[in-house]
Amino acid sequence: MNVRVHMSMLFHLDKCIGCHTCSIACKNLWTDRKGAEYMWWNNVETRPGTGYPTQWENQEHFKGGWKFEKGYGEPDAISLRLHSRAGALAKLYYNPDLPSLEDYYEPFTFRYADLFNAPENTQQPTAIPISMVTGKPLHIESGPNWDDDLGGSNLYARNDPNHAGLSDEVKAALEEVDRVVFNYMPRICNHCLNPACVAACPSGAIYKRAEDGVVLVNENNCRAWRMCVAACPYKKVYYNWNTGKSEKCILCFPRLETGQSPACAHSCVGRIRYMGVLLYDADRIPSAAAVPDEKLVAAFMDTLLDPSDPAVVAAARANGIDAGWIKAAQDSPIYKFAKVWKIALPLHLEYRTMAMMFYIPPLSPVMSAMKDGRVRLELDDPDQDFELFNHLHKARLPLKYLANLFSVGNEDTIRRILRKIYAVRIYMRRKTVDKNIDAATLQALAEAGTSPEEAEAIYRLTTLPTVPERFVLPPYHREMAIETLRDPLSHKGEAGFGYNQPPRRGE
Amino acid sequence: MDWNTLLFAIFPYVALFTATIVTIYRSIYRPFSISSLSSQLLERRWLYWGSISFHWGVTIILAGHLTAIFLPQSILLWNQAPLRLYLLEITGIGLGIWATLGMFLLLWRRVSVDRIRAVSTPMDFVVLVLTLVSMVTGIIISSYYRWGSTWFTGIFTPYVWSILTFRPNAAPLLPLPFIIKLHVFNFYLMAMAFAFSRLVHIITWPLGYLLRPWQIVIALRKTRTDAP
Ligand code: SF4
Repeated sequence: MNVRVHMSMLFHLDKCIGCHTCSIACKNLWTDRKGAEYMWWNNVETRPGTGYPTQWENQEHFKGGWKFEKGYGEPDAISLRLHSRAGALAKLYYNPDLPSLEDYYEPFTFRYADLFNAPENTQQPTAIPISMVTGKPLHIESGPNWDDDLGGSNLYARNDPNHAGLSDEVKAALEEVDRVVFNYMPRICNHCLNPACVAACPSGAIYKRAEDGVVLVNENNCRAWRMCVAACPYKKVYYNWNTGKSEKCILCFPRLETGQSPACAHSCVGRIRYMGVLLYDADRIPSAAAVPDEKLVAAFMDTLLDPSDPAVVAAARANGIDAGWIKAAQDSPIYKFAKVWKIALPLHLEYRTMAMMFYIPPLSPVMSAMKDGRVRLELDDPDQDFELFNHLHKARLPLKYLANLFSVGNEDTIRRILRKIYAVRIYMRRKTVDKNIDAATLQALAEAGTSPEEAEAIYRLTTLPTVPERFVLPPYHREMAIETLRDPLSHKGEAGFGYNQPPRRGE
Repeated sequence: MDWNTLLFAIFPYVALFTATIVTIYRSIYRPFSISSLSSQLLERRWLYWGSISFHWGVTIILAGHLTAIFLPQSILLWNQAPLRLYLLEITGIGLGIWATLGMFLLLWRRVSVDRIRAVSTPMDFVVLVLTLVSMVTGIIISSYYRWGSTWFTGIFTPYVWSILTFRPNAAPLLPLPFIIKLHVFNFYLMAMAFAFSRLVHIITWPLGYLLRPWQIVIALRKTRTDAP
C-alpha cells in the first residue's frame, strides 16, 4: 500500500444555479491576461450541450485520454489515444489532433472609445466588436457560453456526445419545448490520478505534486509542443498563444497553501462546491485504469482508502503524511459523499485518467412525473415523490444520459444514486413539513439502501453546511516545506519567491 | 589580416561563442523564454503545408551535413558507385526544394495572416530571412557546383574540424565562389541569432520522451519524520 493524499473538489449539481460566478472569479484571478483570454480554467456548461471547447467529449475527434487494450492472455493495458512515444516526436511540427481557436472562440472586446469619440449624428453610436488577438473588427461567431441555457439547442444540445445510446424517441422528447430540460455542469481541471497530459508531454514539463495531487505545468520547461492540450480528454489544458506556454487550472494552490479554498469554490453562489482530502493507494492506479468499462467505477472507488482504518493511517504516516492531513481526510466531505454515502462520481471515468473531482448527479425537475407516457401535473405532493422514486426511468433527464456522463454508461449506478437522493428528500419532507414519517417513507429509505440517520446526515451536509464543513482544508505547512529549500528569513522584504522576470513571449 | 580570415576564422568564434554562452545563460536564468512559440492554435491550414515540409526537410538536410562532418568516410563510401552518388544528390536537392517551398509558405503566412502577424516579433522575421538565405544558397550551390556531397568532405570537413579544434584554417575557403562563402557566412549569422531568437528551441528537441516514465510525480519536500 502506497498511501498518498489528494485535494479534491465535489460539485453538487442539484444546487448549481448556472450563475457563472465561479468562472468570473477564476478569470479575474488567473486568466485575465493577453493570450489567456479564451481560457476558462473553470467553466459552466449547460447540459445537454456540446460544452467548451465545442464537443470536447468527442474523443474520436480529439483523441484525448487513454484507451483500453484487452490483453488476450497478457494483462490488460492502456495506451494514450493520442500517440505512441515515437508518434509524438513525428507530430511535433504539426499536430492534427490539436484543437484550433475555432473550437473555442476568438476572444473579443468592443471598441468602447467609439461611443465617446463618435461625431454628432442622428444615429446612436455603436461600439463594434474587435478581436483580442489581432485588434481588428470581427464578426462574433462563438463565445465561451454560446449554448448557455440551451441557446441554439438544435445546433448544440443535439450534438452532445453523451446522447450515445439514447433511443430516437428519447432524443426527440429532449427537444420538445414543453418537456425540455437542462442542468448545469461546472468543470475545472480534474487533477487526475493517471493524467494523460503528463504522459503526453514530450518535454516532461507537466507533473503531479505529491503533496496534494495538483497537476501543474512547469512553464520553464514547457516548449510549446502542445501535446497536453490534445491529450487531456477534458480539454482543460490551454495553450497561451502569446507566451508560447501551456496553462491550466492550478486548483488555486497558492490559496490552498494559505488556508483558503479555491476562488471558484469560495465564490460559489449556490454553495455547491466542497473541498476535502482523499487518501488513495498509488499502487492500485495502474490496475484500476486497465480494467474493462463495466468494472471501472468499482476499481476506481477501490483506490480511495478509508482514512479511519488504522492500517491506512499507519501506512500514511509511514509515507510521511502529516497528521493534520490525515485528520482532514477523516473529516473530508468528499469522502463522505463519494465513499460512505456513495452518491458522488467523477466525470467520464472511461477516459481512464482517473479524474479526482466528483459530481453528485442532478435530479430532474419535480414536475416530470409521468403516467402512461403523459405528463401528470395534478398529482399530490406525496404521490409525486413516490412516482418519481419508482419511475426514475421516466425522469425527464434520461438516466442513460447521466450514466454516459458519470458512470461509464451504467444506468443502475445512476438509478441507485438518484433513488437515494430522492429518498432523503421524501424523508426530510415528511419530517419537517408533515411532521409524520409514515411506513412508506421508511420503506423507501430502506429500498434506497439508506437509513434515517444517514438521510439526516446527507441532508445536513447538502443543505446546511457551514463554510468549515464545506471546505475541510488541511494544514499545508508551507513554512516548513520552504525551509528545506531556502531560508525564508533571508528573503524578508523581497518581492516573493515567484517570477522576478515578466513572463513575456520568447524573451 | 584579410577578409577571408576575418570572416571564416575569427567571426566563427565570435558567433559560436555567443551562441553557446547566451544559450547557457538563457537555459539557466530565463528558461521561460525558451519555446518553439507554436502558432498552430491560431492558424493551422497553411502551417500544415509549411511547417511539415520545412521542418522535416531541414532536419534531414542538417543530419546530412553533420554526417559529412563527423563521419565523412561513410559519405565517401556511399558515393563510390555513381548511381548512389546521383541518388544522394537528387535526394538532397529535392529535400532542399521541399523545405524551401515550406519556408516560403511560412513567410507568406507570417506576413499575410492577421492572427500570425499579431504574434510576430522582428526577430521572427530575421530568423525567417536568414533561414531562407541559407536554403536558397544551398539549393543554388548543389545545382551549380555539382557533387557537393563529395567535395564537401574534402574542403569543409577539415575546415570545420580546424574550427572545432581551435586551430582555425580558413585557407581552403579562399578560392571558393561567392555563393558558397555566403552560405557559410550566413550559417554564422544564424548562429549569432540562434541564442537570441526562437531558434534556440532546436536544442530542446525532446528525445528524452522516448525513455522517460509516463507519469511524473514531484514532491517538494522529502518525508518528514519529525511530525507528531
Ligand atoms: S458559482 Fe456555483 S452556483 Fe454559480 S455557476 Fe458556478 S458552480 Fe454553479
